[in-house]
Parts: sequence; structure tokens; C-alpha cells
Amino acid sequence: MKPPRSPQFLARETYRMRRLMDAARFLPVLGVVLVLLPLMRHSPQTEAPPTASEGVYLFLVWFGLIAGSFLLSRGLRRTLDIPKRQPRPSAPSKD
Amino acid sequence: MEKRVLVIEDEPNISEALRFILTRDGWRVDVSADGLTAMGAMQSDPPDLLILDLMLPGVSGFDILKTLRGQAMTRDLPVLMLTAKGQSADRDEAERLGVTRFMTKPFANADVIATVRELAGP
Amino acid sequence: MSFNMLVLTCLAYVILLFVVASLAERSADEGRADWLRSPAVYTLSLSVYCTAWTFYGAVGYATRSGLEFMTIYLGPTLVFVGWWVLLRKLVRIGRENRVTSIADMISARYGKSNLLGVIVTLLCIAAGTPYIALQLQSISQSFTVFVTDPVGASLAGDRTLIAFWVAVGLAFFTIAFGTRNLDANEQHHGVVTAIAVEAVVKLVALLAVGIFVVWFVASGPADILARIDAQALPEWEIQPGRWSGLILLSAIAIVCLPRMFQVLVVENTNDQHLATASWAFPLYLFLISLFVLPIAVVGMELMPEGSNPDMFVLTVPLALGQDGLALLSFLGGFSAATSMVIVASLALATMVSNHIVVPLWLKLRAARSLDQGDMRLLVLSVRRLSITLVLALGYLYYVVTGGSEALAAIGLIAFVGVAQVLPALLGALFWRGASRTGAALGLIVGMALWFYTLFLPSFGPDILMSAQLMQEGLFGLSWLRPYSLFGISTLDPLLHALFWSLMLNALVFCLGSLLSFPSPIERVQGALFVDVFDRSGPARSWTRPVAEAEDLLPMAQRILGPIEGQAFFRAQAEAQGKQGFLPDITPEFLEALELKFSGSVGAATAHAMLAQSVGTAVVSVEDLMAVASETAQIMEYSAQLEAKSEELSRTARKLRDANEMLQKLSVQKDAFLSQISHELRTPMTSIRAFSEIMMDSDAMSPEERAHFAQIIHDESIRLTRLLDDLLDLSVLEHGQVQLNIAPVQLRDLIDKAIRSSESVQADRKFRILRNRDPEGLEIITDAGRLTQVFINILSNARKYCISDDPQMQIKVRSRKDKVEVDFIDNGAGIPRDKQALIFEKFSRLTDSMQAGGAGLGLAICREIMHNLGGDITYVPGQGGAAFRVSFPMVLQPRDADARAAQSQASVAE
Repeated sequence: MKPPRSPQFLARETYRMRRLMDAARFLPVLGVVLVLLPLMRHSPQTEAPPTASEGVYLFLVWFGLIAGSFLLSRGLRRTLDIPKRQPRPSAPSKD
Repeated sequence: MEKRVLVIEDEPNISEALRFILTRDGWRVDVSADGLTAMGAMQSDPPDLLILDLMLPGVSGFDILKTLRGQAMTRDLPVLMLTAKGQSADRDEAERLGVTRFMTKPFANADVIATVRELAGP
Repeated sequence: MSFNMLVLTCLAYVILLFVVASLAERSADEGRADWLRSPAVYTLSLSVYCTAWTFYGAVGYATRSGLEFMTIYLGPTLVFVGWWVLLRKLVRIGRENRVTSIADMISARYGKSNLLGVIVTLLCIAAGTPYIALQLQSISQSFTVFVTDPVGASLAGDRTLIAFWVAVGLAFFTIAFGTRNLDANEQHHGVVTAIAVEAVVKLVALLAVGIFVVWFVASGPADILARIDAQALPEWEIQPGRWSGLILLSAIAIVCLPRMFQVLVVENTNDQHLATASWAFPLYLFLISLFVLPIAVVGMELMPEGSNPDMFVLTVPLALGQDGLALLSFLGGFSAATSMVIVASLALATMVSNHIVVPLWLKLRAARSLDQGDMRLLVLSVRRLSITLVLALGYLYYVVTGGSEALAAIGLIAFVGVAQVLPALLGALFWRGASRTGAALGLIVGMALWFYTLFLPSFGPDILMSAQLMQEGLFGLSWLRPYSLFGISTLDPLLHALFWSLMLNALVFCLGSLLSFPSPIERVQGALFVDVFDRSGPARSWTRPVAEAEDLLPMAQRILGPIEGQAFFRAQAEAQGKQGFLPDITPEFLEALELKFSGSVGAATAHAMLAQSVGTAVVSVEDLMAVASETAQIMEYSAQLEAKSEELSRTARKLRDANEMLQKLSVQKDAFLSQISHELRTPMTSIRAFSEIMMDSDAMSPEERAHFAQIIHDESIRLTRLLDDLLDLSVLEHGQVQLNIAPVQLRDLIDKAIRSSESVQADRKFRILRNRDPEGLEIITDAGRLTQVFINILSNARKYCISDDPQMQIKVRSRKDKVEVDFIDNGAGIPRDKQALIFEKFSRLTDSMQAGGAGLGLAICREIMHNLGGDITYVPGQGGAAFRVSFPMVLQPRDADARAAQSQASVAE
């Protein structure tokens, strides 16, 4: 029988996994902030826009997000391994 | 006028045998394989004796017997019941329903003739 | 390069795709599809996001607006990086509910409402058509750019002609691989694999051009950066509104675009793939975008003033004499366009057939005629027709508009259109209170605003919308001007439309949901979707058994096909611990059946069909209580209680079944002796009577004597045959039978059986329908015994099939090493209460003596089939009596021994 409510204190392993899930939720928020940063860097009235440097910055942020996502997905993969539900009896065997 | 015997039997060979031995003994013999039709005919023109098989397609011999006993025209009609099953339970049931005589197959021809003479004789 | 050369290249490339797709389909059929279902293929298939608009348009976009092109790829990146929040849930729900399209998803969540399905479908078609036109345009444009020889140029210049043939070719490909079968899950291995190959081609092509530009034209990254700054225009300034608005828009589009939903959700097989795609797909987008700006800058330096920046990816290598590179780049663009068109038309066609045509068809026909006509064929043809229709629409759009717009504009307009699904979709995933009314109103408002403020004006003044209206607003009301609704005039048209349509859409959606009261089934579905990760077992929406399994089987066969339908019912019955094809109608069974149907015809239709058959009691009191109770605890607890009591009643039902069977058997045992007695006495009566007649009468004509002797002879033969049958049965039951195993043609056996059975009631005309091709199988078995079984079935049909125009259908199927032969007549069939008994001894259904047999035939058949390592079963719901004989194609003597031993053991029980 499943406990009705999740216990509040968890084993170390489970605790780490929970924080990993939190990190997975924060990462896109961080991403949004980082890709919106160029908007605040300089006023549109100045000379020609610094396209090259902003481009390099954006690609670096982009790559950072990919790397972060890569690490997180490796960690979270384990939680996916356990199927949350029994396979339905109806599921065709070729699935 | 010669007396009439009606045979309700779905095995053609058995009814042919009955027809042969009874005709030879001087009876007029009608044969029917279909209980329902025969029952209808009996209401207007009852025979002097009915020879009835127990296992028939559709309605069983018991059903026919029960119906006949409920009708005024055929309440007292002599009925000779023949069966190949030969279980005592069947004999009891037949007697409860008012059969006149009960015989198991295979029969001796002489017994059949004797019984017919006894039941429908003058 | 010559025109012919280019066409040949394209053809060769398309043939390659065909080969890849058919190989993939074949290995999927053979069950070797593991590599097809790898995370890499999944990620690559997601790249249908990058269409020709990306391949050609991104460089043009960068030339015009600098870094802004990146927004189109940053939005999806953020969504994928945040997969844990949104995509994981979306994909899980989609998979668990066998969702077939985004319209199906919305319709399923909001009470399986078909109205919503129709609205979303129409919206997707309106937004998808210009997008498909855009792909056709880019292909024909690239042809024009590429062909330089004067002869070809005139041909290549005829853009509508090229677009036409491209559309025809793509329709053919999509139909060939997208509608091969109507299988659960709407998954298409061939298409997905071909798309993955195209993804690699377009990435390699763009990278090749990029590397060439950076390291061979310029002298490395530093030089390129310098050149970028040198070329930078004032318009390249990042505009805050557009920058954030477009990131938002592209983030929405990645989940709402029908084609993305198709590859992301419908074709997904497990969560692991999504975990990989969460970083791999952003990486793909990263690589695609990396060289866009360098190519744009070099194009601006090299190409003459006024040349089309949308074609720089092609024209730059051409201008530098790199024909090979240009050809590769051409193929990349071709890949990008074709993959988009294939997936988009497939997704749109699924929606059109599931939400518009099939429901209409169902409505037009009464519920009763559901099982007339083959549903599968209907659905497949509708889907083929829809694909053709969608592509024809795209082509028409292209011809009518002349394809003059800059590529990017059209893509963004489509994005805003599909974005209207977002409020309803997010509500579906996260808000249990979201209701059908709210979703429908929101969608309609959003769609209307999109039409008015963006789609219609995008054609330019005086085409679909008069210039006067655009200037002065609807009815001359200035606050209704399409480009500055309610006086908002500082936003550019795209943002303006996005802002108002999404804003009012969401507002109406929320208000509608708050004010309306959802139907019970909506609330059940709402709980099912929103709490997808909290449930420990499938929620129940079917609780009251109303229909008979026998009524549902024919319907299942129409939709899933006879083989799969029967296999499904049999598996379900087995899971319940029952024999045969008819499971108990439990809520679990109905739910599984509905789910199975949804894979073929969509959730709303599947639900409607089952509701029609099962009766109107769709949701029970228990469900309402489950929905109403706010605490998950109570729900959980009651669900467990329910499961327990259900298990108890299941066990009780099984016991009752077994008991009934035993009682029936014991009655039969008693009847057995009485039966044997009867069967023996009947011929003996005739024999005795006639022999007595012959003994005691001398005066008998020779004819009479011969006739009577004949009767005695016939009856003794009948007696012998009966004894033979009894003996045969006893030998078979005890596994002492000697089998003569030899190779033989199945067709010959059937021929022989038909000939032999013709003597039974020879005066009756009996039509035999058979297909001789599948019968041409060589099998290794005991031919004599198998023929005996066939003859028995055929003779029974001749005796008992009461049709005026009796006919017998013989169907042969072979699967792996098993052969199945179905014998189906058009008589009355066997009543359900008798189906379990017909294989028992002396279980004649009628008392008819003239049938001649003693009721041992089918019992013997069953024993024979067990001895041959197979079985004979009665298949209910086929329109007449239907027997299925199954046996191994090659009977190993060992198996036979084992079978016999087993058969003996079961007798010993």
C-alpha cells in the first residue's frame, strides 16, 4: 500500500534526486534570464550594435544550457527507469 | 372397419418395421415422424392406438403425451411408448403422465403385436 | 548546372529515401525495430522543426535583422532544457492515452469533445497550408537559382510546374509510408526513419557551407567576427519587444505545431528518448544556427546589391564556383522542405480523418450499422484522401499568392496561428478546472483575432481585406484597425497579433472555465491528465457492464482488423483467466478497448463508438464520487477497496463458472451412458425387428427380402461406425494414436475434404468461398487426420447451416510457423450458452436423428487437433458458425509425443 502522503524526511539518495528535479525546473528559468540579458546591456541609440560579441555571448549561453541539460538528464534518467505503472494487459506485445 | 394405429417415430427403419408387422396383423397403420403435425391431426381424427417414440426431434414423446392427456378427444387414447434409452426414470415419468404401456427397444415383434391387440383390440 | 541533372539528383535522393523508409518498415514488421526506436532517431526526427524556412530563410532573416533569427531556436531550446516541467508530462499523457494528434489531445482532455477536435483541426489547417506552400515555394525557388543553362532555365523558371510535381511526389511518399496500416499509436517507422536521414543531410549541408565560409572564404572565426561587426546595420539592433516576443512564440510553436506534436508526442515510445532529446535537440539547433550569421555576412559582401538573401546558402557557393558544395546545399534545402511537408500533411490528414470525416460518417449512419462496412478501409482511404487534399491546398495557396512574400513572414504567421492552442493545452496539463466551454470559446476568440489581425492582412491590402478596412478599421471604427486593435499602435503587426490573440484567448478560456460547469466525463479526464504522475493505476471511466462481449467483438474486428481484434479479445480473456474469445466486460476491459480504438480512430470517436454500443451510462456514480472527492487519499483508498472487492467478485465469478461447468459435465456423464445405450439400441431395434420378420414369414417376395436384408446391413454398419468412433475417441484421448507425418499441400487437403463432404445432403447447393493462393502451403502433419477434421466441419455445416443460400467461407492464414484455417458459414451460428459444450461428447445441439452422427464428431476433432499439436475453437461473432483450426506448419514427432502425453495427463485429471 502506498503511503498517502510523501514522508518529509528522506534518505540521502532520494533527497539528492529531489534536488536534481528542482534543478531541472530551475534551469529553463536561468536560461530565460540569460538570453534576455542582451536587452539590458546597451541603449539602442548608440552606434552600430555589437552583434559579434552578443552573438558569441548567446552561443556560449546556449552551449552552457545544453551542457547543463545533458548532466541533468543523465542524473534524472534513473528515475525514469522505474516504470511508474504496470504495463497494461492491453498493450500489444510489439510495443 | 379395420382399426387404425398411428406410429410417431423418427427413425425411418423402425417405423417401416412397425408398419410391416402391424399391417400383416390386419391393422391400418399411419406413420408420422413429426410429433407436432401428428398431434394436430389427432384432435380431429384420433386413432385407436398411438405408438409413440420417446426421443423425437423438437417436441419429445413426454410433451406429446402430456398434451394428449390434456385434450378431451385423446384423454383416453391408448398409448404405447417405445424408448431406446431404457432408464427407469423414463418409465416412471411416462407412467406419471398416464402412458398405457411402456416398452424398451429393441422389442420382439410378437410382443408388440400382442400389446397392440390387447390395447386396441375389439 | 543543367536542369535535367538537378531533377535526376532529386529523384535519386528521393529513391534513397524510399529505400530507407521501406527497409525501416520491413525491419519493424520483423520485430527488429530496436534501432529505429533509438533516442538518436527520435532526436533527429524532431528536426522537422527546421524546415526550408530555417535552411534558406534563417540566413535571409539574419541578413535583414541580425541576431534576431536566433529567437526562433532559443525558444525551443528553453522548452527542451525545461523538459522536466512541460514536455515530460505532455509526452507521458500522450502516450498513455494513445493520442493521435494535437486535436485529439485537446478533444480527449475536454471530455472527448469532438467540437474541440474540429476547431483545432480547422485552425491547424488554416495555419499549416501557407506553411506547406512556403516549402513548395522554396524548392521551386532553389531550382530557379540553381539552373543556369538557357534550356533548363525556362523550365526551371516555371515555378508552379515544379511545385506541382514536388507536391505530387510528396503526396505519393506520404501515402505510401504514412497510411500503410492503421495501427495503434499512429506510429510510422518508415516516415520517422526517412525524416531522421533528412535531418542528417540538412545539418551536414548547412555545416559544410558554414565551414567553407568561415575557413575558406574568411580566414577563421576571428576574421568572421570582425566582418560581422563591419557589416552590422543599425536594423540589427536587438529590439526588446520582438526579441522576447519571438522567443515566447517559438517556444509555444515547438509544442503546438501539428508536425512537432506528431514527432514529439505521437511517435514517442519512452521517456528515456525525451531525456536524450532534452540536450541533443538543442544541440542540433545550436549547430544549425552556428554558421547562419557568417554565411549571411559573407553573402552580403560577395553578392551584388538586391540579390535575394534567402538564397545565400545556395548562391554563395555557386558564386565561388563550388558546384559540389552548392549541390549538397541544394539537397539540404530539399530535405528540409520535404520532411516538413511529409510530417505536416500526415499530421493534418490524421486530424481531418479522425475529427471531421469519421465522426460525420458515424453520425450519418445509425449506431446499428456500425458493424457494416470495413471501418479500417474507410479510415485509411479518408486519410489518403486527406493527405492529397492538404497538399493540394498547399499547392493552391502557392499558386494563388504567387509566393512573393519573404519566407520568414509566412512562417511566423503560422506560428501565431497554432499558438492559439496553447491556453487550452496548458490548461489540459495543469488545471483541473479547465473546461470544454472555456477551451472552445478561447480557441474561437483566439482564432478569430489571428485571422483578423494577422492572417487576412498578411496577403496585403485589397486582396482578402480591403485597404480601407485596414486603414480605418471594421465599420470605420478606428479602434478596430487590424494592425492596432484598441489603439495599441506601438507594436509591430506580428507582436500586436500575438499579444491580443493570446491575451484574449487566455482570458476567455479562464473566464469560460471558471463560469461553466464541466460534465462528469470532463472531470474524469481532467483528473486523469493533470495527475498523470500521481496515479498508481489506471483511472476508471467505465464501471457498469452493459454490453455483451459478443457484441463488441464484431465492432473491434471492423476497426482493428479481424486478426488483431480477435487476438486482443483473446489476450484480454486470458488475462482474466478465461478461455476463448469472450472476456468479462469489466471496466478495465472497456477502458483497454477504448484505448486500443483511440489508437486507430482518435479518443473522441472511440469513446462515442463504445458509448453507442455499451449504452448511455457512460459514467457511474462511483466515478462522480471519485471526481468530487477532493482528497487524493480518499480516491486512492476507495480505488483500492474497489479493486479488492472487484478481485473478490472476479474470483467468485470464476468459481461459479467452474462449478457450472462441473455440473454440466456431470449431467453429461450421466447422459453419456444413457446416450450410448440409445445410440446402440436404435440400430439394434431395426436389426432385430427385420430379422424376426424374415424369420417368421415365408411368404415374402424376393424384392422385399432383399430390401429388408439391406436395412439390416445398413444398420449393422451404423452400429459398427458408432463403435469405431467410440474407440477412435478413446485412443485419441489416451494419446495412443499413431500419426503418419508427411509433407503435404494444404490446398490438396481442403480440396479433398470438400469433395468428401459433398455426399452429405448432396441435394443441397452449397457455395464454397475460398482464396486458393494462401492455401498453397506445404505443411508437415498427419494429412489423413487433418482431413478428417476438415470433413467433419464441412459436413456439419452442410447438415446444420439453415440459410436459404448456404455458403461456406474458408480462410487460410499463416503466421510464423502457425497455420490457421477458418471455416465460416452463413447460418444461425451456435447460441452462446452452447458454445462451451459443443466439443464435448454426445453434445448434439438438436435431437435430430437424421443428422446421422452420434455427437462425437467435434469431440474427435478436438482430440485430433490436440494430437497434431494444434487446436480447434469456435469463433463467436462472425455472422454464422465459425470454427478455427490451428496447427503448426511443421509437426515435430517430439511435439506430437509431448502433446499426447499432455492430453493423457489431462484425461487422468
